[in-house]
Amino acid sequence: MYTSRKLISALALAGFCSAVFVSSAQESVRLGTPVSEADLAGFDLIAEPSGAGFPSGSGTAAQGKAIFESRCAACHGLNGEGNSAATIIVGGDMQSEESPLRTVGSYWPYASTVFDFIRRAMPADAPKSLNDEEAYQVAAYVLYLNGLVGENEVLNAETLPQVRMPNADGFIDQSDIQ
Amino acid sequence: MKQGKLEKKRQPRLEKVAGNGLLSRRHLLGLGLGGAGLAMSQAVMGQDAGLKLEIPGWSKTPGPGPSAYGSASSHVGLERQSGFGNPLYPGGGASRSPLQHLQGTITPNNLHFERHHAGVPDIDPAGHKLVINGLVRQPLVFDYEDLLKYTMVSRIYFLECSGNSGALLYGGNPDGTAQSLHGLVSCAEWTGIPISTLLEEAGVLPEARWIAAVGADAASMGRSVPLNKAMDDSMLALFQNGEPVRPEQGYPMRLFNPGWEGNTSVKWLTQIKVTREPAQFRDETSKYTDTMPDRKSLQFTFPMDVKSLITSPSGQMTVARNGVYRVNGIAWSGSGSIRRVEVSADGGSTWADALIDSQQLDKALTRFSIPWQWDGSPAVLQSRATDSTGNVQPTREAVIAAKGTINRYHNPCIQSWGVSPSGEVTNVYV
Ligand code: HEC
Repeated sequence: MYTSRKLISALALAGFCSAVFVSSAQESVRLGTPVSEADLAGFDLIAEPSGAGFPSGSGTAAQGKAIFESRCAACHGLNGEGNSAATIIVGGDMQSEESPLRTVGSYWPYASTVFDFIRRAMPADAPKSLNDEEAYQVAAYVLYLNGLVGENEVLNAETLPQVRMPNADGFIDQSDIQ
Repeated sequence: MKQGKLEKKRQPRLEKVAGNGLLSRRHLLGLGLGGAGLAMSQAVMGQDAGLKLEIPGWSKTPGPGPSAYGSASSHVGLERQSGFGNPLYPGGGASRSPLQHLQGTITPNNLHFERHHAGVPDIDPAGHKLVINGLVRQPLVFDYEDLLKYTMVSRIYFLECSGNSGALLYGGNPDGTAQSLHGLVSCAEWTGIPISTLLEEAGVLPEARWIAAVGADAASMGRSVPLNKAMDDSMLALFQNGEPVRPEQGYPMRLFNPGWEGNTSVKWLTQIKVTREPAQFRDETSKYTDTMPDRKSLQFTFPMDVKSLITSPSGQMTVARNGVYRVNGIAWSGSGSIRRVEVSADGGSTWADALIDSQQLDKALTRFSIPWQWDGSPAVLQSRATDSTGNVQPTREAVIAAKGTINRYHNPCIQSWGVSPSGEVTNVYV
């Protein structure tokens, strides 16, 4: 009796110790699988103002017109005038007397965002259905509708992020307030 | 007549602490001034001495047995409130928590507010990946099952959309309820892995300053977060109130940035890219930026301000008749814990300290209450919170004076509920 009771408590103790051991081992668990940036090329859609992350390919507004009219205009109007407050993507004036209409042309600080957003999220009924070439073309068309690029200006990884946006200086970074 | 007699007897015992009937919070604690608690229950419940009780039917029939996944009582019809679906914005929109019907500080998972930009994806965790790449020594991919093996932390935090309460700034909606005006705030216990653990595994390079977080929804919604926040208290949340995070909240995993505007806590998280500069996603440039009267716009306005709100009585409720009521509500701050909540019944002329009914946790909802004796005259109920950093919740006037009305984000203003002589409670502007 005495021995078996002692055995049981020894086992219980061992069980307790090993539980503690496992949990301290978990502190250093490292289960991420290495991957290369090259293997992430089709997964990482982030296109930054510096030009980093832009894919190869190019497009002009002239090439993008037909895509815009067939894939975008139903929600954004033939000229980007929209059919609701959320879908107006052309026009506006930040200095207007009234509360300003804020669109790609009047408000957005970076042209890179136009490409980045269209490639990841538009058309809203079939996101990511455009290939990179088409995304360049239709992004060019949205910038063209806003009077920011010429009809035949070639936009690519180098030129698109450099398109000057009218409200580029309109933002104040508050990220130091945390 | 009978009511009048009772009032007369109780009156001297009630300690008035501010104008228009606010009573000492001590009455809620049952401290001193004996009899006030009784006065409250009689006035509110209207007990009738002649009531004859019988055994109800449900005490005579066995009910159904245990169930696989519980649901609320069929007599409780709490619902989130959302706008109508818009075919031109597939899956987009928001739903709001029924704040006026909830108590305590934890929002049930079914009722946590939602905001989606392209609907709720149906994610099979076996096919979901979390990638960490960019400015790291070794880009990594994580599987859901593997992530479950990491050491986790559990914390209770509120989450608030920065568009919450925005309607108050343009002064609409007299019919608004606590839910329709302020229901884009909820609070849950979130359990997950500190983001710092995962970033350290990948090895952050010295030049890194930001992370770009991307979701696996159809919008691939992205937000940039400063690296110091990510290394401080940001979490990869896998559980919400003990169960796997709900699909509407990012199943199988979401980023959670405590105290910060809800949109930064990217749902369905599938990528963290470590960067030198912010990615300048659409939802941190075109949206979630705050345009000031001079037309300059504040960007990356992260912490949510100190705020509070009376949830009962609140818009569209009726104060049935004269008597003593438990006025109560919620308070929270993205910068710390709630130190103090004051309540006014006369539109802000005089204030009294409310009782804090719950724990006062960092960046979590806190419940407050105060007894209020309504004598049938018009009243305006307000609450005003102060947080642990000393920030005091501003009036609507002060918010508009400081930030104008072009902007609709980050409105922490004091809510005013008007009580009419007939007892109707409405959203008013004072
Ligand atoms: C089914 C309707 C629909 C279609 C088709 C559509 N969009 Fe959109 N688009 C929307 C909605 C809705 C939003 C707002 C989304 C939000 O706010 O989350 C939006 C937002 C945008 C924005 C950002 C607007 C802003 O100010 O933030 C751009 C740019 C845009 N769409 C471009 C396009 C382009 C280019 C196409 C075609 C390739 C397209 N859209 C097709 C519905 C649509």
